[in-house]
Amino acid sequence: IVCWRRELGTEAYIPQRFPDNRIVSSKYTFWNFVPKNLFEQFRRIANFYFLIIFLVQLIIDTPTSPVTSGLPLLFVITVTAIKQGYEDWLRHKADNAMNQCPVHFIQHGKLVRKQSRKLRVGDIVMVKEDETFPCDLIFLSSSRGDGTCFVTTASLDGESSHKTYYAVQDTKAFHNEQEIDALHATIECEQPQPDLYKLHRIKEMTDYNNLVNCAFIKLLYRAIVSKISCLISGVAIYTGMETKMALNYQAKSQKRSAVEKSMNVFLIVYLCILISKALINTVLKYVWQSEPFRDEPWYNQKTEPERKRNLFLRAFTDFLAFMVLFNYIIPVSMYVTVEMQKFLGSYFLTWDEEMFDEDTGEGPLVNTSDLNEELGQIEYVFTDKTGTLTENNMEFVECCIEGHVYVPHVICNGQILHDCTGIDMIDSSPGGSGKAILEISLNFTNQTLCLCHTVQVKDDDSVDGLKKNQLSRRSCIYISSSPDEVALVEGIQRYVCNQEGLRTLCVAYKKLTAEEYSNAQKLLQNAKLALQDREKKLAEVYEKIERDFILLGATAVEDRLQEKAADTIEALQKAGIKVWVLTGDKMETAAATCYACKLFRRNTQILELTTKKIEEQSLHDVQDGSSANYRELFLEICRNCSAVLCCRMAPLQKAQIVKLIKLSKEHPITLAIGDGANDVSMILEAHVGIGIIGKEGRQAARNSDYAIPKFKHLKKMLLVHGHFYYVRISELVQYFFYKNVCFIFPQFLYQFFCGFSQQTLYDTAYLTLYNISFTSLPILLYGLMEQHVSADTLKREPSLYRDVAKNALLRWRAFIYWTFLGVFDAVVFFFGAYFLFDNTVVTSNGQMFGNWTFGTLVFTVLVFTVTLKLALDTHYWTWINHFMIWGSLVFYIIFSLLWGGIIWPFLNYQRMYYVFMQMLSSGPAWLGIILLITVSLLPDVLKKVLCRQLWPTATERIQIGGTCIGLDSSCSCCCRVFRGTARTPELKSLSFIPSHFTA
Amino acid sequence: MAVNYSAKEEADGHPSGGVGVPGGGAVGGGSGGGGGGGGGGGAVKTRKPDNTAFKQQRLPAWQPILTAGTVLPAFFIIGLIFIPIGIGIFVTSNNIREYEIDYTGTEPSSPCNKCLNVSWDSTPPCTCTINFTLEHSFESNVFMYYGLSNFYQNHRRYVKSRDDSQLNGDNSSLLNPSKECEPYRTNEDKPIAPCGAIANSMFNDTLELYRIDNDTRTPITLIKKGIAWWTDKNVKFRNPTGDGNNLTALFQGTTKPVNWPKPVYMLDSEPDNNGFINEDFIVWMRTAALPTFRKLYRLIERKDNLQPTLQAGKYSLDIAYNYPVHSFDGRKRMILSTISWMGGKNPFLGIAYITVGSICFFLGVVLLIIHHKYGNRNTSADIPN
Repeated sequence: IVCWRRELGTEAYIPQRFPDNRIVSSKYTFWNFVPKNLFEQFRRIANFYFLIIFLVQLIIDTPTSPVTSGLPLLFVITVTAIKQGYEDWLRHKADNAMNQCPVHFIQHGKLVRKQSRKLRVGDIVMVKEDETFPCDLIFLSSSRGDGTCFVTTASLDGESSHKTYYAVQDTKAFHNEQEIDALHATIECEQPQPDLYKLHRIKEMTDYNNLVNCAFIKLLYRAIVSKISCLISGVAIYTGMETKMALNYQAKSQKRSAVEKSMNVFLIVYLCILISKALINTVLKYVWQSEPFRDEPWYNQKTEPERKRNLFLRAFTDFLAFMVLFNYIIPVSMYVTVEMQKFLGSYFLTWDEEMFDEDTGEGPLVNTSDLNEELGQIEYVFTDKTGTLTENNMEFVECCIEGHVYVPHVICNGQILHDCTGIDMIDSSPGGSGKAILEISLNFTNQTLCLCHTVQVKDDDSVDGLKKNQLSRRSCIYISSSPDEVALVEGIQRYVCNQEGLRTLCVAYKKLTAEEYSNAQKLLQNAKLALQDREKKLAEVYEKIERDFILLGATAVEDRLQEKAADTIEALQKAGIKVWVLTGDKMETAAATCYACKLFRRNTQILELTTKKIEEQSLHDVQDGSSANYRELFLEICRNCSAVLCCRMAPLQKAQIVKLIKLSKEHPITLAIGDGANDVSMILEAHVGIGIIGKEGRQAARNSDYAIPKFKHLKKMLLVHGHFYYVRISELVQYFFYKNVCFIFPQFLYQFFCGFSQQTLYDTAYLTLYNISFTSLPILLYGLMEQHVSADTLKREPSLYRDVAKNALLRWRAFIYWTFLGVFDAVVFFFGAYFLFDNTVVTSNGQMFGNWTFGTLVFTVLVFTVTLKLALDTHYWTWINHFMIWGSLVFYIIFSLLWGGIIWPFLNYQRMYYVFMQMLSSGPAWLGIILLITVSLLPDVLKKVLCRQLWPTATERIQIGGTCIGLDSSCSCCCRVFRGTARTPELKSLSFIPSHFTA
Repeated sequence: MAVNYSAKEEADGHPSGGVGVPGGGAVGGGSGGGGGGGGGGGAVKTRKPDNTAFKQQRLPAWQPILTAGTVLPAFFIIGLIFIPIGIGIFVTSNNIREYEIDYTGTEPSSPCNKCLNVSWDSTPPCTCTINFTLEHSFESNVFMYYGLSNFYQNHRRYVKSRDDSQLNGDNSSLLNPSKECEPYRTNEDKPIAPCGAIANSMFNDTLELYRIDNDTRTPITLIKKGIAWWTDKNVKFRNPTGDGNNLTALFQGTTKPVNWPKPVYMLDSEPDNNGFINEDFIVWMRTAALPTFRKLYRLIERKDNLQPTLQAGKYSLDIAYNYPVHSFDGRKRMILSTISWMGGKNPFLGIAYITVGSICFFLGVVLLIIHHKYGNRNTSADIPN
């Protein structure tokens, strides 16, 4: 079989080589891993900056050895490379599993087993029941006589229902291998496209009888699972990376959290500080050196080349040297720590038992850990209704036939609406008039409902699947089945008790004569084969057929609220989050749900915004074409509402609403939550997208950043996990800057006392290890374990969420406080040591200390202060915290003893030899260290205590309250809420004031 | 993209199968590219998380909260501990005798004024004598220091201008010193031992102390050993090794630092204080942290328990003035000091302890007041909540 492809609308065939059926989702191969990975890593600005610093250190004569920045950079690069390599290895493994899974080919009339990757375009493949199609196939024949097969496409589009596919007419009679193998044909098809729902125009020409079959065929895509049918054969036309599945998994765009943005701003501030520090020192250096006896005193001559060097070049080198000296203020390790914190921290979400759903056996999924902290910053929640707020578990409630309402006593929990229309239910008619007409219409309705569904019963070999429309014999009865479909409810509302928030479905029929039927079929066929505007033409034809129906009746189905949905929404609103419901449903249903889930209270004043353009009354309708004025007006109104319900939203409109709010003045952080494929656009649009692992397939879950099994889990996710993540990461970021200000500022001050010569204060080992081992683990652990308030309290008191809203912990005030604290501490360290050492003796044997002892003293105070500062901030001391914090300090001491205790043969200097021990043997050094640590920590402790005492935040009140009156307050809180709900019915009739607003 | 996992799982007919752990590529922080679905194994096992305290973030924990109530005692305790320590240090520091003479000679009246513009190679050395009077006697051991001001021993170019392996007795470094020593690495094609700017600029004034008793000058014994760190003298600094103990032979092939009058193996007559292990040299080689510094020069030991080490009275200091400091505005000092357990005179530490202690105590009182005034209001406001 030969396969040709051409671009749509062109006549030219492009000769091309088809790829084999290998799926490659991995990024690297064994050979290109190192260069490619390095290239990708250095594309990040931070890594590039550190690389530059490292290169500068290599090239010019700098105060610190290249090791000090090379080692941490190497560490970072290696860790990232290992992580990415491991991920890629997993992908390779998955790819291999896919590529090597056995596939049955037909070759020379025989069935051959081969590896999937060896499949080529044009090969004929046999697929058994419950197997996955290995590539995109043209359905040639099935072992079922009628040339049909049933498949599920859940892994492609998330629809779990079975679908029927049809074999190509001309080949459906082929049953055994020989027949199929005898087929000689040329296939002409389009270039591969990612669109899943568009049908493919395939031209098939079989050689021997010159049959030309031009048809739009639903292809059997890769990853579709074959069901029911026994054996399917098909021709491979798109293989490997050209299959729909491969084309549809494009990388999602990266979302960045607010914390990351502020972190980047802070980084820029620090970069400016760094540059200005270097500039100041360079300028001062040359001012100071203007007198030759300072530049080059007799005891400290320059070398000849140094003397000859151009002044500007010298100044520039000096500037670079200062940059290198102070570059630690922007720590490499911060990136690693932040990433590790996010990655490891996200495990706590997946491990959470409370967020595990027993019924479905699902727990939360984390698709990206980049946005953990954003969960603590949400201001707007956009939620889908069906399947998100509600169960998407339809219960048949009642039906209405010829104006009579029937209520079933058997409640049937069916997955799909049509499932539960058993006869039993309707038998339980409420003893009304058993008239003949009614009987007939009843039967007729039943018949209709029985015939027109897509239910399959699997055990039975005989035909159970009846197809919807054209297949029925004489009369064609048409049902629009999807409850979300817009066209559905026309004219039916008055019959059905819509106000109760039930999903309604009308049943109507129309008698078609044989001619009419064939006519319609022809029209449909034509429309299906149309080259352009196929969808539109099809719709037109349907429009034409679906006219003059005779109404039989209607069924009403209830979709129950998910458990605790109301409680969750209430909690979110208390937390200061605005909840918007965006649904495709009609207004009454949606509004009823909103009342049920307490989004609207009975006493809420409802403001309805409608447009007259659409007959169907809808609450809001923001159309693409609406002018900017309307948009502003809409925004203005909606922002002042406590809750907003938007009905009749198309998927794209949902995304537009999210975008509208996202881009409004305050740039609020938005979260979109939904379960279906129609929510994907808004999930992708919002800052945080959450998918519900629900009934409508996994598409939403797969495109989301996080997926949870039930809506109720959102409460814990935001109020507890989000809050924790935010508090943890903001402290982590601030602390990192703080500890590096403490680290580098003394270095800066020292320049004023060493003739601006870029002399380092600390030894190379300390410079290198400060960020990667002495002070790294405690803060990482804090970032993982900290609980400033217990999880239960956070859940109980949603209002605590407001304490961290609007990036509260990373505002400029907080940032400046931390920076100034860092500067203060640095000044204390440096001048404390200065006055301790200044022109005096600090040993009891009269011997003197040198500059390295001075630096070591400052560094010791630094490490202790910075670690103890974190200890003061830690509110949750598990044994791990104790181990890490005290362990780090012990490690510092042990390292220093070891580092100074040996003449290291590989070093060309021994400046640290016995420096640390000598320092410890000096009484004043001990006293000085204790004093300086105390002084450094004092202002922070004071600030904490005073703020807590005088202007306590809600969180701080709870912290104190939790220890003494915790139980009481929680009880009273519960009671009040309870009373509150009890009171609402009385108000129900009083304050329901609908007011109409026309935009 | 880990697409294939999920595809496979659903192929297995378990749409609810485990799409395992968080992550995917997206965790790569930007560079990860796109990250799809998860990375768990294909095996369908129950995904119910373990109910361990760690995973549920319920590890038993101590939850301290810094409130006025808890901090108050700490402040008082710090105050009560620091103030006595401070007073102790302050008293100790005040009991230390210290006497300092500036002998730079910039003032015309100074006896050393004539030597002000001395150069390195002046022979015979310029000498001057300064008489001084000690008002109080120095009871315990006295330590004699020389002090330099405005001398940047901590300049980067200076600090690194040494070769530690040469000083450690490494024979190859002896003849081929490190490049860091430039421009004091070689002289006339011979390697300098010890190389570098630090060694080259070694302090070479000679100070002698005499007690003047009824116009008779009694020299005071100055001990030159024990002024350097024990580890420096015995481990870090070593003479080159070779056949025999003749230092002259061991330093064969090297030349003296440019500014030195004599080579390194003639620094002292005693063999265990000569060469690289000369203690004056070792002391000098430990670069000072700040531009104004002092270095231990000699020890004066208390002879017997009946008499103070240095009685009150008249003394004279004989200086062989070799070391030029005028060119860079430097100052030279001679310091005599006694030492206590906490070193020399240092009022800073005591005062700082007293100040911090007082501040803590004062803050404790302030917090106590605030705690009583506002604390009740807060707790009462909490109850209706």
